[in-house]
Amino acid sequence: MVSDQGIRNWKLRITELMKINGKGKNKSLLRFTTAGSVDDGKSTLIGRLLYDSKSIFEDQMEHIVQSGKRLGREELDLSLLTDGLRAEREQGITIDVAYRYFATPQRKFIIADTPGHIQYTRNMVTGASTADLAVILIDARKGVLEQTIRHSYIASLLDIRHIIFCINKMDMVNWAESVFTKIKDELTLLTVKLNITNAHFIPISAKHGDNVVDQSSKMNWYTGKTFLNLIETIEIRKNKNPDNKRFPVQTIIRPHTTEFHDYRGYAGRVAGGVFRPGEEVTVLPSLRKSKIKSIDILGKALSETISGDSVTISLEDEIDISRGDMLVSTDDLPVISQDINLMICWFNERPMKVGGRYLIRINSNEAGCIVKSVNYRMNINTLENDFENRSINMNDIAYITIKTSKPVFFDSYKKNNITGSMIFIDEGTNETVAGGMII
Amino acid sequence: MKNINDEHLKELEAEAIFVMREVSAQFENKVLLFSGGKDSIVLVYLARKAFWPARIPFSLMHIDTGHNFEETLKFRDDLAIEFGTELIVRYVQSSIDNGRVVEEQGVNASRNKAQSITLLDAIEELKIDVAIGGGRRDEEKARAKERFFSHRNEFGQWDPKNQRPELWNIFNGRKHSGEHFRVFPISNWTELDVWQYILNENIKLPELYYTHKRKVFSRNGVYLAWAPFMQLKPNEKVFETDVRCRTIGDITCTGVTLSKAESLEEIISEIAATRVTERGGRYDDKRSEAAMEDRKKEGYF
Repeated sequence: MVSDQGIRNWKLRITELMKINGKGKNKSLLRFTTAGSVDDGKSTLIGRLLYDSKSIFEDQMEHIVQSGKRLGREELDLSLLTDGLRAEREQGITIDVAYRYFATPQRKFIIADTPGHIQYTRNMVTGASTADLAVILIDARKGVLEQTIRHSYIASLLDIRHIIFCINKMDMVNWAESVFTKIKDELTLLTVKLNITNAHFIPISAKHGDNVVDQSSKMNWYTGKTFLNLIETIEIRKNKNPDNKRFPVQTIIRPHTTEFHDYRGYAGRVAGGVFRPGEEVTVLPSLRKSKIKSIDILGKALSETISGDSVTISLEDEIDISRGDMLVSTDDLPVISQDINLMICWFNERPMKVGGRYLIRINSNEAGCIVKSVNYRMNINTLENDFENRSINMNDIAYITIKTSKPVFFDSYKKNNITGSMIFIDEGTNETVAGGMII
Repeated sequence: MKNINDEHLKELEAEAIFVMREVSAQFENKVLLFSGGKDSIVLVYLARKAFWPARIPFSLMHIDTGHNFEETLKFRDDLAIEFGTELIVRYVQSSIDNGRVVEEQGVNASRNKAQSITLLDAIEELKIDVAIGGGRRDEEKARAKERFFSHRNEFGQWDPKNQRPELWNIFNGRKHSGEHFRVFPISNWTELDVWQYILNENIKLPELYYTHKRKVFSRNGVYLAWAPFMQLKPNEKVFETDVRCRTIGDITCTGVTLSKAESLEEIISEIAATRVTERGGRYDDKRSEAAMEDRKKEGYF
């Protein structure tokens, strides 16, 4: 049961908080994903972050206190905060990706909280697809497990720039540095194997709060940043794909009014590079060239626009352009082809079929495709390529080759995660059956 | 205070505009669910930005419970005229009159839940294939699991355990006839983000959001606005005080906050310091642990 003292302590904390959320100039946005299993303390870590950064509100707190009592939990169970669906609370498991929000004076954070069991690989991939950073929890008593390998692999597959390994439950191993060092060494080998360049290691106790927000007094041997301090200061690039100009056209804006009689704008979100008025662009798939006449948003003319901006671009020449087309730099065209090699994660209960036909959506473009071959299946627990068993079922990751019904234009996922990613749709059920990253 | 937190708001705005443009490209018969509340007002301003100088390609649709704060109706009508959009209104009262809805009785009676039926009937009647809403994931724990593009089957139901995975910025709005989608462009915004955006963009809001004198009474720790059709329990007393609305919805279940905040800046400071969530004052969520999840499955906003 939750003690009255616990509630009093918590109420004392509220009085010291305040205004954390509102202050701070030019806050940046960091999206991170957390993966973990039922008992590795992931929900506790998130609960702890929200609690210690004063992002848990009174009514939410009251709510988890009451739920905890009802479920007979012995301590304040912060995981009750994150399990949103009835089935999840009843079974004490997380089924789906849940999104959490909190802010500090430095940053606003969006957490994609995903369940870590192998049957939820698809949710992990989903959560990782939009993340700047991945957090992987390891139970200090258990060390590196299959699931640690799996989570690290998915983070590297989705090309997440930073990974923070939290060695949790340090309280259960007497706060011993040797335990931490041994696990860290093992993880370092793993990151080398997976080509992960920015790995960080922190010994924590999510339950007691050590090294989460406040520096631990039990582990003076650790002199690095606390978890919160690290995610507040870690460098994220605003212009995520700075090099190659890519502008997928979402929709055409033609007002048909007297005032804007001849206005014809191409609406979209910049997927790479910097666009400026006056510059030449090539339109795909027609390969016709034109110059940018203007870039605007709500009538405000912009002198440049970068990756991530939603804008409207007008060209000097009247060219036939429709949804699915792309404006790119003339001297750096993407690949234009009907044959694509890619890594996919299969999401659907019905297995993928070689020879099967699916719809693909890549940016705003859509095409039909046939699966030509499964080149190998990835064993994500051992990181071995499986050439024997090539049947692809739900949660499998595989390297495949497809042929599209028309030429499509794309980059490799490593080069540009927006123009290099696609989803597969089953035309019969309309479900999203796979996500793919172009090699 | 202006232009605070620019960078993250800019990213959230770009994301919302992207989603709105996907809606316009992927669907035929589009409405924006307009409640008169700040989130749906922000949606209308975002839609203007997304399609300017063309008109907003969605109609505004209001599901009117008949239990409104009067000011919101005038605000709604003026806004539709200002933005040149069609306004569709459907009434819960009509659903009650034609027997589709049985009205709740008793002191806690509310038409909030009944709105779902009126909404689904309107969606069927008008063959709407997408309804854009101002729902945010930070509002409530069932909403935290919601997608940007949220599929509804031909009965208008949400199946939270069988949602389509949503990767990168690729949204799959394909559906069979009779099915529809709910789309939530400001999924990733928090309450504070919405207020800061309103400040930055100079967005006009109903006066209800600012401090004003109102007759209220207290029920289970929530202050509710008094209206002639509200039934009081014996121990409940109506008194007048300075309040503002933190959310605006059906008057029977929208709590008001004691506040003297006269400006957006004051409201933002107040919210930044507050320790109760926005929906803490929503009587409709207090009915049970999974109240929102259950209503959403039935077709709620």
